Amino acid sequence: METKKQVSETTQDAKDIAAVEDRRPLFFGLGFGILFGFLLHKGGATKYDVIVGQLLLTDFTVLKIMLSAVVTGMIGIYFMKSLGWIKLSLKSGSVGKNVIGALIFGVGFAVLGYCPGTIAGAIGNGYLDAIVGGLAGILLGTWIFAVMYPKLKDGILKMGDFGDITIPRLLKVNDWVVVVPAVALIVLLLFWIERAGF
Amino acid sequence: MDTIASIFTDTYWSPYIVGIGIGVLSWLSFLISGKPIATSTSFAQTGGIIENFITGGKADERPYYKKIKLKINWQWMLVVGVVLGSFLSAIISGDFKVGVWVPSLWASAFGDSAVLRVLVALAGGVILGFGARFAGGCTSGHGISGTLQLAVSSWVSAIFFFVGGIITAHFIYLVIA
Repeated sequence: METKKQVSETTQDAKDIAAVEDRRPLFFGLGFGILFGFLLHKGGATKYDVIVGQLLLTDFTVLKIMLSAVVTGMIGIYFMKSLGWIKLSLKSGSVGKNVIGALIFGVGFAVLGYCPGTIAGAIGNGYLDAIVGGLAGILLGTWIFAVMYPKLKDGILKMGDFGDITIPRLLKVNDWVVVVPAVALIVLLLFWIERAGF
Repeated sequence: MDTIASIFTDTYWSPYIVGIGIGVLSWLSFLISGKPIATSTSFAQTGGIIENFITGGKADERPYYKKIKLKINWQWMLVVGVVLGSFLSAIISGDFKVGVWVPSLWASAFGDSAVLRVLVALAGGVILGFGARFAGGCTSGHGISGTLQLAVSSWVSAIFFFVGGIITAHFIYLVIA
Protein backbone atom coordinates (compact mmCIF):
# COMPACT_ATOMS: atom_id res chain seq x y z
CA MET A 1 0.00 0.00 0.00
CA GLU A 2 2.64 2.37 1.16
CA THR A 3 4.79 1.88 -1.93
CA LYS A 4 1.80 2.10 -4.25
CA LYS A 5 0.81 5.42 -2.72
CA GLN A 6 4.35 6.67 -3.03
CA VAL A 7 4.47 5.64 -6.65
CA SER A 8 1.24 7.40 -7.46
CA GLU A 9 2.48 10.47 -5.62
CA THR A 10 5.69 10.47 -7.60
CA THR A 11 3.82 10.19 -10.88
CA GLN A 12 1.56 12.99 -9.75
CA ASP A 13 4.64 15.07 -8.90
CA ALA A 14 6.11 14.26 -12.29
CA LYS A 15 2.86 15.36 -13.89
CA ASP A 16 2.85 18.58 -11.89
CA ILE A 17 6.45 19.26 -12.84
CA ALA A 18 5.64 18.54 -16.49
CA ALA A 19 2.70 20.92 -16.31
CA VAL A 20 4.86 23.64 -14.75
CA GLU A 21 7.64 23.00 -17.29
CA ASP A 22 5.05 23.23 -20.04
CA ARG A 23 3.82 26.58 -18.81
CA ARG A 24 7.24 28.11 -18.29
CA PRO A 25 7.71 29.08 -21.95
CA LEU A 26 4.37 30.89 -21.78
CA PHE A 27 5.58 33.04 -18.89
CA PHE A 28 8.86 33.75 -20.63
CA GLY A 29 6.96 34.67 -23.79
CA LEU A 30 4.76 37.01 -21.79
CA GLY A 31 7.79 38.59 -20.11
CA PHE A 32 9.67 39.15 -23.35
CA GLY A 33 6.49 40.58 -24.83
CA ILE A 34 6.04 43.04 -21.96
CA LEU A 35 9.60 44.32 -22.43
CA PHE A 36 9.18 44.47 -26.21
CA GLY A 37 5.89 46.37 -25.91
CA PHE A 38 7.37 48.74 -23.32
CA LEU A 39 10.26 49.53 -25.67
CA LEU A 40 7.99 49.91 -28.73
CA HIS A 41 5.90 52.47 -26.86
CA LYS A 42 8.96 54.37 -25.58
CA GLY A 43 10.21 54.49 -29.16
CA GLY A 44 6.94 55.97 -30.43
CA ALA A 45 6.45 52.93 -32.68
CA THR A 46 2.95 52.31 -31.32
CA LYS A 47 1.74 55.44 -33.14
CA TYR A 48 0.26 55.71 -36.63
CA ASP A 49 1.87 59.13 -37.17
CA VAL A 50 5.37 57.78 -36.50
CA ILE A 51 4.96 54.66 -38.66
CA VAL A 52 3.34 56.41 -41.61
CA GLY A 53 5.83 59.28 -41.18
CA GLN A 54 8.55 56.70 -41.83
CA LEU A 55 6.80 55.44 -44.96
CA LEU A 56 6.39 59.07 -46.14
CA LEU A 57 10.13 59.52 -45.40
CA THR A 58 9.48 62.47 -43.08
CA ASP A 59 10.22 60.71 -39.76
CA PHE A 60 13.03 58.16 -39.51
CA THR A 61 12.27 56.88 -35.99
CA VAL A 62 11.16 53.43 -37.15
CA LEU A 63 14.25 52.87 -39.27
CA LYS A 64 16.53 54.05 -36.45
CA ILE A 65 14.89 51.62 -34.02
CA MET A 66 14.99 48.72 -36.47
CA LEU A 67 18.56 49.22 -37.62
CA SER A 68 20.00 49.69 -34.14
CA ALA A 69 18.11 46.56 -33.02
CA VAL A 70 19.50 44.64 -35.99
CA VAL A 71 23.10 45.77 -35.37
CA THR A 72 22.93 44.99 -31.65
CA GLY A 73 21.11 41.73 -32.21
CA MET A 74 23.39 40.57 -35.01
CA ILE A 75 26.60 41.01 -33.01
CA GLY A 76 25.22 39.14 -30.01
CA ILE A 77 23.48 36.39 -31.96
CA TYR A 78 26.53 35.59 -34.09
CA PHE A 79 28.79 35.78 -31.03
CA MET A 80 26.58 33.28 -29.18
CA LYS A 81 26.29 31.14 -32.31
CA SER A 82 30.08 30.96 -32.64
CA LEU A 83 30.27 29.79 -29.02
CA GLY A 84 27.64 27.14 -29.73
CA TRP A 85 25.20 28.64 -27.22
CA ILE A 86 22.35 29.10 -29.67
CA LYS A 87 21.12 27.90 -33.04
CA LEU A 88 19.74 30.21 -35.69
CA SER A 89 16.02 30.03 -36.44
CA LEU A 90 15.63 30.86 -40.11
CA LYS A 91 12.54 31.18 -42.25
CA SER A 92 12.68 29.49 -45.63
CA GLY A 93 12.09 31.86 -48.49
CA SER A 94 11.07 32.21 -52.11
CA VAL A 95 10.56 35.01 -54.58
CA GLY A 96 6.82 34.41 -54.37
CA LYS A 97 6.74 34.73 -50.58
CA ASN A 98 9.35 37.39 -49.95
CA VAL A 99 8.80 39.66 -52.94
CA ILE A 100 5.10 39.33 -53.77
CA GLY A 101 3.97 38.56 -50.22
CA ALA A 102 6.14 41.33 -48.82
CA LEU A 103 4.79 43.86 -51.33
CA ILE A 104 1.21 42.93 -50.32
CA PHE A 105 2.29 43.35 -46.67
CA GLY A 106 3.78 46.76 -47.52
CA VAL A 107 0.49 47.96 -49.02
CA GLY A 108 -1.38 46.87 -45.89
CA PHE A 109 1.35 48.42 -43.70
CA ALA A 110 0.75 51.85 -45.28
CA VAL A 111 -3.07 51.61 -45.40
CA LEU A 112 -3.38 50.44 -41.80
CA GLY A 113 -0.44 52.42 -40.44
CA TYR A 114 0.55 49.66 -38.00
CA CYS A 115 2.17 46.25 -38.39
CA PRO A 116 1.35 43.09 -36.39
CA GLY A 117 3.80 43.89 -33.55
CA THR A 118 3.12 47.60 -33.37
CA ILE A 119 -0.66 47.15 -33.55
CA ALA A 120 -0.44 45.11 -30.34
CA GLY A 121 1.46 48.10 -28.94
CA ALA A 122 -1.09 50.55 -30.37
CA ILE A 123 -3.88 48.58 -28.67
CA GLY A 124 -2.03 48.87 -25.35
CA ASN A 125 -1.58 52.58 -26.05
CA GLY A 126 -5.38 52.92 -26.38
CA TYR A 127 -5.75 53.71 -30.09
CA LEU A 128 -9.29 52.71 -31.02
CA ASP A 129 -8.74 52.49 -34.79
CA ALA A 130 -6.16 49.80 -34.03
CA ILE A 131 -8.48 47.86 -31.70
CA VAL A 132 -11.72 48.06 -33.69
CA GLY A 133 -10.53 48.29 -37.30
CA GLY A 134 -6.98 47.04 -37.57
CA LEU A 135 -7.07 44.02 -35.29
CA ALA A 136 -10.28 42.69 -36.84
CA GLY A 137 -8.80 43.25 -40.30
CA ILE A 138 -5.57 41.39 -39.52
CA LEU A 139 -7.44 38.41 -38.08
CA LEU A 140 -9.66 38.32 -41.16
CA GLY A 141 -6.66 38.66 -43.51
CA THR A 142 -4.78 35.78 -41.90
CA TRP A 143 -7.94 33.67 -42.07
CA ILE A 144 -8.36 34.41 -45.80
CA PHE A 145 -4.75 33.27 -46.23
CA ALA A 146 -5.46 30.05 -44.31
CA VAL A 147 -8.47 29.37 -46.56
CA MET A 148 -6.45 30.02 -49.72
CA TYR A 149 -3.31 28.24 -48.49
CA PRO A 150 -3.98 24.86 -50.20
CA LYS A 151 -4.19 26.69 -53.54
CA LEU A 152 -1.12 28.85 -52.91
CA LYS A 153 1.33 26.48 -51.26
CA ASP A 154 2.55 24.55 -54.29
CA GLY A 155 2.25 27.45 -56.68
CA ILE A 156 3.16 31.02 -55.95
CA LEU A 157 4.64 30.34 -52.49
CA LYS A 158 7.18 27.94 -54.04
CA MET A 159 8.01 30.21 -56.97
CA GLY A 160 11.75 30.93 -56.95
CA ASP A 161 12.36 28.92 -53.78
CA PHE A 162 15.73 29.52 -52.13
CA GLY A 163 15.28 27.78 -48.79
CA ASP A 164 16.39 28.86 -45.34
CA ILE A 165 19.86 30.18 -46.02
CA THR A 166 21.82 33.05 -44.56
CA ILE A 167 23.82 35.58 -46.54
CA PRO A 168 27.16 34.05 -45.35
CA ARG A 169 25.98 30.59 -46.49
CA LEU A 170 24.85 32.01 -49.82
CA LEU A 171 28.26 33.64 -50.36
CA LYS A 172 30.05 30.59 -48.90
CA VAL A 173 32.09 32.71 -46.50
CA ASN A 174 32.70 32.80 -42.74
CA ASP A 175 29.85 34.47 -40.81
CA TRP A 176 32.04 37.36 -39.65
CA VAL A 177 33.01 38.24 -43.22
CA VAL A 178 29.40 39.38 -43.58
CA VAL A 179 28.62 40.47 -40.00
CA VAL A 180 31.48 42.99 -39.71
CA PRO A 181 30.80 44.89 -42.97
CA ALA A 182 27.02 44.70 -42.39
CA VAL A 183 27.41 46.28 -38.94
CA ALA A 184 29.76 48.92 -40.35
CA LEU A 185 27.40 49.76 -43.22
CA ILE A 186 24.34 50.03 -40.97
CA VAL A 187 26.20 52.25 -38.47
CA LEU A 188 27.39 54.47 -41.34
CA LEU A 189 23.85 54.66 -42.70
CA LEU A 190 22.57 55.74 -39.27
CA PHE A 191 25.27 58.44 -39.01
CA TRP A 192 24.32 59.62 -42.48
CA ILE A 193 20.61 59.75 -41.57
CA GLU A 194 21.49 61.85 -38.49
CA ARG A 195 23.75 64.16 -40.47
CA ALA A 196 21.08 64.63 -43.12
CA GLY A 197 18.94 65.97 -40.26
CA PHE A 198 16.28 63.26 -40.07
CA MET B 1 16.20 58.96 -7.52
CA ASP B 2 14.17 61.54 -9.30
CA THR B 3 16.05 61.00 -12.55
CA ILE B 4 15.76 57.21 -12.42
CA ALA B 5 12.01 57.47 -11.96
CA SER B 6 11.69 60.10 -14.67
CA ILE B 7 13.35 57.80 -17.20
CA PHE B 8 10.35 55.51 -16.94
CA THR B 9 7.79 58.31 -16.93
CA ASP B 10 9.30 59.95 -20.01
CA THR B 11 7.00 59.28 -22.97
CA TYR B 12 9.85 58.90 -25.44
CA TRP B 13 13.32 57.45 -25.35
CA SER B 14 15.98 57.84 -27.99
CA PRO B 15 15.21 55.46 -30.88
CA TYR B 16 18.78 54.17 -30.55
CA ILE B 17 18.28 53.24 -26.89
CA VAL B 18 15.02 51.51 -27.82
CA GLY B 19 16.68 49.69 -30.73
CA ILE B 20 19.62 48.54 -28.63
CA GLY B 21 17.13 47.37 -25.99
CA ILE B 22 15.24 45.32 -28.58
CA GLY B 23 18.56 43.91 -29.82
CA VAL B 24 19.52 42.80 -26.30
CA LEU B 25 16.02 41.35 -25.88
CA SER B 26 16.63 39.27 -29.02
CA TRP B 27 19.79 37.82 -27.42
CA LEU B 28 17.85 36.81 -24.32
CA SER B 29 14.98 35.43 -26.34
CA PHE B 30 17.36 33.18 -28.30
CA LEU B 31 19.38 32.22 -25.24
CA ILE B 32 16.50 31.53 -22.83
CA SER B 33 13.66 30.45 -25.11
CA GLY B 34 15.59 29.43 -28.23
CA LYS B 35 13.21 31.53 -30.30
CA PRO B 36 13.30 34.77 -32.25
CA ILE B 37 10.88 37.58 -31.46
CA ALA B 38 8.02 37.43 -33.98
CA THR B 39 4.33 38.29 -33.87
CA SER B 40 2.25 37.63 -36.97
CA THR B 41 1.70 33.85 -36.57
CA SER B 42 -0.14 34.61 -33.32
CA PHE B 43 -2.77 36.57 -35.25
CA ALA B 44 -3.25 33.62 -37.63
CA GLN B 45 -3.63 31.25 -34.65
CA THR B 46 -6.21 33.59 -33.13
CA GLY B 47 -8.14 33.66 -36.41
CA GLY B 48 -8.18 29.86 -36.45
CA ILE B 49 -9.21 29.61 -32.81
CA ILE B 50 -12.11 32.01 -33.54
CA GLU B 51 -13.15 29.93 -36.58
CA ASN B 52 -13.07 26.79 -34.41
CA PHE B 53 -15.19 28.55 -31.82
CA ILE B 54 -17.81 29.58 -34.39
CA THR B 55 -17.90 26.39 -36.45
CA GLY B 56 -17.10 23.86 -33.74
CA GLY B 57 -13.74 22.70 -35.06
CA LYS B 58 -13.72 23.41 -38.78
CA ALA B 59 -10.40 25.28 -38.61
CA ASP B 60 -8.64 22.13 -37.36
CA GLU B 61 -9.25 20.64 -40.82
CA ARG B 62 -7.42 23.39 -42.65
CA PRO B 63 -3.87 22.44 -43.70
CA TYR B 64 -2.52 25.88 -42.77
CA TYR B 65 -3.79 25.67 -39.20
CA LYS B 66 -2.41 22.11 -38.93
CA LYS B 67 0.95 23.55 -39.94
CA ILE B 68 1.05 26.46 -37.47
CA LYS B 69 -0.90 24.58 -34.72
CA LEU B 70 -3.81 26.25 -33.03
CA LYS B 71 -2.70 26.57 -29.46
CA ILE B 72 -1.66 29.24 -27.04
CA ASN B 73 2.13 29.11 -27.16
CA TRP B 74 5.22 31.18 -26.34
CA GLN B 75 4.75 33.54 -29.26
CA TRP B 76 1.03 34.04 -28.60
CA MET B 77 1.86 35.10 -25.05
CA LEU B 78 4.56 37.40 -26.42
CA VAL B 79 1.90 39.35 -28.34
CA VAL B 80 -0.27 39.57 -25.22
CA GLY B 81 2.84 40.86 -23.45
CA VAL B 82 3.36 43.56 -26.09
CA VAL B 83 -0.15 44.90 -25.39
CA LEU B 84 0.56 44.90 -21.64
CA GLY B 85 4.06 46.39 -21.94
CA SER B 86 2.88 49.21 -24.17
CA PHE B 87 -0.06 49.84 -21.83
CA LEU B 88 2.30 49.96 -18.85
CA SER B 89 4.65 52.43 -20.52
CA ALA B 90 1.73 54.56 -21.77
CA ILE B 91 0.06 54.67 -18.34
CA ILE B 92 3.17 55.60 -16.34
CA SER B 93 4.14 58.27 -18.84
CA GLY B 94 0.64 59.76 -19.04
CA ASP B 95 0.37 58.89 -22.74
CA PHE B 96 -2.53 56.42 -22.63
CA LYS B 97 -5.11 57.54 -25.20
CA VAL B 98 -8.79 57.58 -24.33
CA GLY B 99 -11.32 57.94 -27.12
CA VAL B 100 -8.80 58.48 -29.93
CA TRP B 101 -10.21 56.99 -33.13
CA VAL B 102 -8.37 59.07 -35.72
CA PRO B 103 -4.58 59.60 -35.76
CA SER B 104 -3.67 63.27 -36.28
CA LEU B 105 -1.71 62.71 -39.51
CA TRP B 106 -4.72 60.90 -40.98
CA ALA B 107 -7.08 63.66 -39.77
CA SER B 108 -4.91 66.35 -41.38
CA ALA B 109 -5.52 64.79 -44.79
CA PHE B 110 -8.86 62.98 -44.54
CA GLY B 111 -10.76 64.69 -41.73
CA ASP B 112 -11.81 63.36 -38.35
CA SER B 113 -14.47 60.80 -39.32
CA ALA B 114 -13.99 57.77 -37.09
CA VAL B 115 -16.06 55.58 -39.42
CA LEU B 116 -13.86 56.32 -42.44
CA ARG B 117 -10.67 55.69 -40.47
CA VAL B 118 -11.96 52.42 -38.99
CA LEU B 119 -13.08 51.14 -42.40
CA VAL B 120 -9.71 51.98 -43.95
CA ALA B 121 -7.89 50.41 -40.98
CA LEU B 122 -10.03 47.30 -41.41
CA ALA B 123 -9.17 47.07 -45.12
CA GLY B 124 -5.50 47.75 -44.39
CA GLY B 125 -5.54 45.07 -41.70
CA VAL B 126 -6.95 42.49 -44.12
CA ILE B 127 -4.19 43.23 -46.65
CA LEU B 128 -1.53 43.30 -43.92
CA GLY B 129 -2.64 40.04 -42.30
CA PHE B 130 -2.85 38.28 -45.65
CA GLY B 131 0.54 39.64 -46.73
CA ALA B 132 2.22 38.76 -43.43
CA ARG B 133 1.27 35.10 -43.73
CA PHE B 134 2.04 35.12 -47.47
CA ALA B 135 5.55 36.42 -46.75
CA GLY B 136 5.93 34.11 -43.75
CA GLY B 137 6.63 36.94 -41.33
CA CYS B 138 6.22 40.60 -40.51
CA THR B 139 8.24 43.64 -39.51
CA SER B 140 9.36 41.88 -36.32
CA GLY B 141 9.83 38.28 -37.49
CA HIS B 142 11.47 39.16 -40.80
CA GLY B 143 12.28 42.85 -40.33
CA ILE B 144 14.20 42.54 -37.04
CA SER B 145 14.69 38.89 -36.01
CA GLY B 146 15.34 37.55 -39.50
CA THR B 147 17.57 40.35 -40.74
CA LEU B 148 19.74 40.22 -37.59
CA GLN B 149 20.34 36.53 -38.35
CA LEU B 150 21.26 37.57 -41.90
CA ALA B 151 18.52 35.36 -43.37
CA VAL B 152 18.18 35.91 -47.11
CA SER B 153 14.38 35.49 -46.94
CA SER B 154 14.16 38.20 -44.29
CA TRP B 155 16.39 40.78 -45.99
CA VAL B 156 14.39 40.37 -49.21
CA SER B 157 11.12 40.65 -47.26
CA ALA B 158 12.21 43.68 -45.23
CA ILE B 159 13.24 45.53 -48.37
CA PHE B 160 9.96 44.78 -50.13
CA PHE B 161 7.87 45.60 -47.02
CA PHE B 162 9.29 49.11 -47.22
CA VAL B 163 9.14 49.34 -51.04
CA GLY B 164 5.42 48.47 -50.91
CA GLY B 165 4.82 50.64 -47.86
CA ILE B 166 6.66 53.72 -49.12
CA ILE B 167 4.95 53.65 -52.54
CA THR B 168 1.50 53.10 -51.00
CA ALA B 169 1.93 55.80 -48.31
CA HIS B 170 2.99 58.33 -50.94
CA PHE B 171 0.04 57.32 -53.11
CA ILE B 172 -2.36 57.79 -50.18
CA TYR B 173 -0.97 61.15 -49.03
CA LEU B 174 0.12 62.71 -52.32
CA VAL B 175 -2.37 61.35 -54.86
CA ILE B 176 -5.58 60.49 -52.99
CA ALA B 177 -5.40 63.26 -50.35
